[in-house]
Amino acid sequence: MKILVAVKRVVDHNVRIRVRPDGTGVETAGVRMSMNPFCKHAVEAAVQLAEAGKADEIVVVSIGPKGTNDVILTALAMGAHRGILVEAEQKLETLTIAKLLAKIVAEEQPDLILLGKQAVDDDSNHVGQMLAALTDRPQATFASEIKVDGTTLEVTREVDYGRETLSLPLPALVTADLRLNTPRNAALPMVMKARSKPLAVRAAADLGVDLTPRLTVENISPPPERVAGKSVASVSEFAASVAAEVNEMEAL
Amino acid sequence: MSVLLLAEHDNGKLSPATARLVAAASQLGPVDLLVVAEEPAAIAEAASTLSNVRKVLVAKGPETADSLASTLERCAKSYQFVSANASTVGKDVIPRLAAKLDIQPVTDIVAIAAPNRFTRPIYAGNALETVTDPQPLHLLTFRASAFRPVAAGAAAPVETLDNSVTSVARLLAAHRTESDIPDLSTAQIVIGGGVSVGSAAGFQLIEKLGKTLGAAVGATRAAVDAGYAPNDWQIGQTGKIIAPDLYIAIGISGALQHLAGIQGAKKIFAINTDPEAPLMKLADVALVGDLFEIIPQLIAELEKLGVTKPTG
Ligand SMILES: Cc1cc2nc3c(=O)[nH]c(=O)nc-3n(C[C@H](O)[C@H](O)[C@H](O)COP(=O)(O)OP(=O)(O)OC[C@H]3O[C@@H](n4cnc5c(N)ncnc54)[C@H](O)[C@@H]3O)c2cc1C
Repeated sequence: MKILVAVKRVVDHNVRIRVRPDGTGVETAGVRMSMNPFCKHAVEAAVQLAEAGKADEIVVVSIGPKGTNDVILTALAMGAHRGILVEAEQKLETLTIAKLLAKIVAEEQPDLILLGKQAVDDDSNHVGQMLAALTDRPQATFASEIKVDGTTLEVTREVDYGRETLSLPLPALVTADLRLNTPRNAALPMVMKARSKPLAVRAAADLGVDLTPRLTVENISPPPERVAGKSVASVSEFAASVAAEVNEMEAL
Repeated sequence: MSVLLLAEHDNGKLSPATARLVAAASQLGPVDLLVVAEEPAAIAEAASTLSNVRKVLVAKGPETADSLASTLERCAKSYQFVSANASTVGKDVIPRLAAKLDIQPVTDIVAIAAPNRFTRPIYAGNALETVTDPQPLHLLTFRASAFRPVAAGAAAPVETLDNSVTSVARLLAAHRTESDIPDLSTAQIVIGGGVSVGSAAGFQLIEKLGKTLGAAVGATRAAVDAGYAPNDWQIGQTGKIIAPDLYIAIGISGALQHLAGIQGAKKIFAINTDPEAPLMKLADVALVGDLFEIIPQLIAELEKLGVTKPTG
């Protein structure tokens, strides 16, 4: 089985972001970037399938500006076999990303596509589902367990009411939730080895996809700030505050 | 400018989120509710009594993402807006539909400035993005907790659709977390427990406090990962987004990803041994102390005060 994993480079999830005062966006200059956490779980899942003898090749793709190859190198160090960087300097919408990935899928013909369930910057949670539609594959999003049996996948996914298990025929697409696994930290020799693994660079403009955004971003603003409250000294004061709130609530 | 809204339901019941979604959708135009389920009749009947609903369309059929997207695709051409909840169902199906129809969707909307201007949180709610959508068809999901529910109204007409779609993915098993606790994403009061609650048995103490207040119960990811609480209790960037009138956080540090889920809370109360915990600094009312000592006392005090259970 051949697996394609798509990974995104984002502002590191531990960084407290700052909105630019002019409303044009979020400050990214000089901010630590890393692989989107959910994508790491997708890479780990692919590597585990390879280690279990269920997959023989893992191709990792990322789309972004120059410098995005660092997240591909991370995936190669974790155990992916080769990388493809689709280079684009401009900001791309999720539909455009999905279309570019669909072009790579058409070339690579993977049996399984793995992605993170969402990116922690735009929080869109679109690309996997879109790519599944564009490549006409069944999807299992928010996966917390993947079992492969020949050409069938059994995926347990985290849904609002609890969990459900889906059966999907390959080729299929799965997006990873945090509970899927614990991503490894690649040891230094693997990091060194990653540099010698093949990494192809393609220009997004050459893939025959219109890169023009559909939506206009008018403004990016910080959320309303909360005013700091008070500290109470006793349980009875706390209980009285709770009672006051409850009495104020309008019954629905 | 009419709106098709996919009704949210679970286990044969219309979800309370639907009344909130109708409120959001009716800011855009007349709303037709679409109910897709294996057994849709009871859900459709409940849906037809929500005010602001022009009609209810009922399709009997599979509820997997690929089949739902096909059903919606067949209905989409008569509408300017096709919308759903920003729940696991809406997240699954709206982007899939969007790619089929070549439309860039706008999802997780928390405010509607105009029928083509929407605000949504990004970076785990640490920024709000407002976009204009010039496309002829708008594909949207709404964050239900950001909208007040519509009331019950006169019964809307119900129409049955022919829905002969098949599903490639097959549902093998569904595991519901059974409880009589109110729905987390629409409850008026939520009690959240952190990893410091220490065990599933510890969470029974949290539930007991919840029962006293008629509240929903949630947990941090750390508590869920430790196996103390089921995953669908998780509040945060990767869990549920809540907007109760009152959120009581017990032994929760207040990590960015947790805060992302509670920004809509009107009031936040916190109990923690560490006065320096980020959530304690943010809380409207903070009490320093050990949760295992405080909660039993708190339950007793509340009972003494005769705090009434709100119905939400
Ligand atoms: C990509 C990503 C996504 C994430 N998504 C989410 C998410 O959606 N939701 C989420 O919650 N987390 C999420 N997390 C995890 C998050 O970063 C934190 O690790 C988590 O929220 C911490 O949970 P906690 O407050 O229970 O634990 P801790 O941070 O360990 O805090 C425990 C708190 O309990 C207090 N305490 C200890 N003992 C007691 C006692 N006896 N009585 C009272 N107080 C006590 C301590 O002082 C401390 O403040 C995510 C992380 C990542 C990387």
